[in-house]
Amino acid sequence: MENLNQVKLLETMLLIRKFEEKLEDLSKEYGKLHGMMIVCTGQEAVAAGVSAALEPQDVIISNHRSHGHLIAKGALPNLIMAEIYGKRTGYNKGKSGTLHIAAPEVNALCTTTVVGGGIPIAVGTAFAAQYEKKDFVTVCYFGNGASDEGSFHEALNLAALWNLPVIFVCENNIYSGAQRLEEHTRLKDLADRAIAYGMPSQVVDGNDVLKVHQATAEARQKCLSGQGPILIECKTYRWGGHSTTDFQSYQPKEEIEQWKQRCPIELLKNTLLGTGQLTEAVWQQINEEATKQVEQAVQFAEESPWPDVTEALEDVFA
Amino acid sequence: MQQITMGEAVNQALREEMRRDEQVFIAGEGVGVGIHSNPKFPTFGLLEEFGARRVKDTPVSEAAIAGLAVGASVMGLRPVVEIMFNPFFTIAADQIVNHAAKLRYLSGGKSKFPLVVRMKSGSGIGAGCQHSHNLEAWLAHCPGLKVVMPSTPADAKGLLKSAIRDDNPVIFIEDMILYFVPGPVPEEDYQIPIGVADVKKPGRDVTLVTWSKMLGTAFKAAAQLEQEGISVEIVDLRTLVPLDEEAILKSVAKTGRLVVLHEATRTGGFGGEIAALVAEKAFVQLKAPIKRIAAPDIPVPYSKPLEEFYLPNEKMVIEGIKALL
Repeated sequence: MENLNQVKLLETMLLIRKFEEKLEDLSKEYGKLHGMMIVCTGQEAVAAGVSAALEPQDVIISNHRSHGHLIAKGALPNLIMAEIYGKRTGYNKGKSGTLHIAAPEVNALCTTTVVGGGIPIAVGTAFAAQYEKKDFVTVCYFGNGASDEGSFHEALNLAALWNLPVIFVCENNIYSGAQRLEEHTRLKDLADRAIAYGMPSQVVDGNDVLKVHQATAEARQKCLSGQGPILIECKTYRWGGHSTTDFQSYQPKEEIEQWKQRCPIELLKNTLLGTGQLTEAVWQQINEEATKQVEQAVQFAEESPWPDVTEALEDVFA
Repeated sequence: MQQITMGEAVNQALREEMRRDEQVFIAGEGVGVGIHSNPKFPTFGLLEEFGARRVKDTPVSEAAIAGLAVGASVMGLRPVVEIMFNPFFTIAADQIVNHAAKLRYLSGGKSKFPLVVRMKSGSGIGAGCQHSHNLEAWLAHCPGLKVVMPSTPADAKGLLKSAIRDDNPVIFIEDMILYFVPGPVPEEDYQIPIGVADVKKPGRDVTLVTWSKMLGTAFKAAAQLEQEGISVEIVDLRTLVPLDEEAILKSVAKTGRLVVLHEATRTGGFGGEIAALVAEKAFVQLKAPIKRIAAPDIPVPYSKPLEEFYLPNEKMVIEGIKALL
């Protein structure tokens, strides 16, 4: 923790926030983006806190709400944005779009939108670490809804049975589609699901980036010393709907407002202003920097060429 | 040359590839210690030679087994995982269809997934329809998967070696009855390329395209027809994806007649694909309509006479071929 650059954490969260806000804005412009956007506004502390505890060789497996995970792991906003635009310069040459971005350059190896689909894959990447005795962990992100899937249970059982170095990060943002937590499970804490597999678990305030970071750093150490896997439930909230096409009719306005009072960025900013690690001037500066990066990403994406249609036939087989 | 069964040939391929390449490991239900310990089974004795690190017995968790293969392969390992029976593929299907098959494409060609999923299939063992259901057409319908279905021990060994060394997901379907059928298998290290059909018997009058266990039925029918002066060319596909179109078209150009024989049920079966290929590309060379011989559209029944009724037999092939002449 001593070495943790907390201002950097703030920068990461801010970049994610501005990236997602830009996508929300672009979604309102007819014809700009192809398809709906799934953004993580309000949940930035999870990705930022987790990734701050990771090393470059660590692997992440992400889900449909992936942009924050990717940015925090070091994926470049330009290449993410270009992929979202469907341009040839994107991470996956326009074949993935917003929903399935893989950035092997930063070991973000798989983003899957099949709910729970990434969890068994994380078992495989973690198995590779154990098999080859390599020092890396796998972080597998998924939402509360994914913990209802059979794949979650099969994967956690196998990971626990084999002591695999994988950190399962459940981002509980209260909603699974339009269903609230109490409408899709009887459990209050999804971390309790780990008990069924003899796996340690922890509930963390998912809007407190320092707590997320600490939990991940400890989990990583345990995994590397052969005491994995671990399930971390990060309790958080999505300010928006499931996607930019969701009118949030089921999401009480007061609830959204309450959670906005616990904005992960404001929480850290105020802490750092209080301790003197941050000044208003620096805050302004990192705001401008984040805005600039996102603007540049949009410009890069818009100026990038479309893929040639013949490229659709490429990359099926190696 | 050694005479061994397909089960033993698969075993040899696994053993030799594991000796050759440390990145190869196997995983599945009972691949180490199974309920059936039989020297004719593909994973027999591998645990003793390679140990529990490389021969991974798993819980009964098909989705986790398939996901294990996807994740391990993207890290550079070469998993060969077993889904015990072809119909159980349905509970691993998300990992195979949505992930193994698509993730390379979704990566824009950056990642590769060199994995093999072995599955047992085939009727005739009295196990009923949830164990004996040939679903190769489902798998062949998923771009990104290669689908291999050997019919002889020698092909099985050479094709499995190719599958393990291939950088793509390969579905390798083994017929259970063939596990016990012996044939000549070369002793040396050899590969049979994926995507190349084999003319198992040259002939003049009719092309009989088949694969897996139905090759035996094809041979029986061809032998009887030969006595009546009808010459059958048997094309064993060996691989459904990629499909060796050239071999099929070349044979049809020679004979002018096509019969497709498969054990899977008729509707949506892969035979329709072969028929369509020939209709599209060799219609003018056909002297007679195309004929499909396949199982009826029913689940595989248990009762012995009913199961025998299900399985296409040489009588049906003989009648089918004679009707075209």
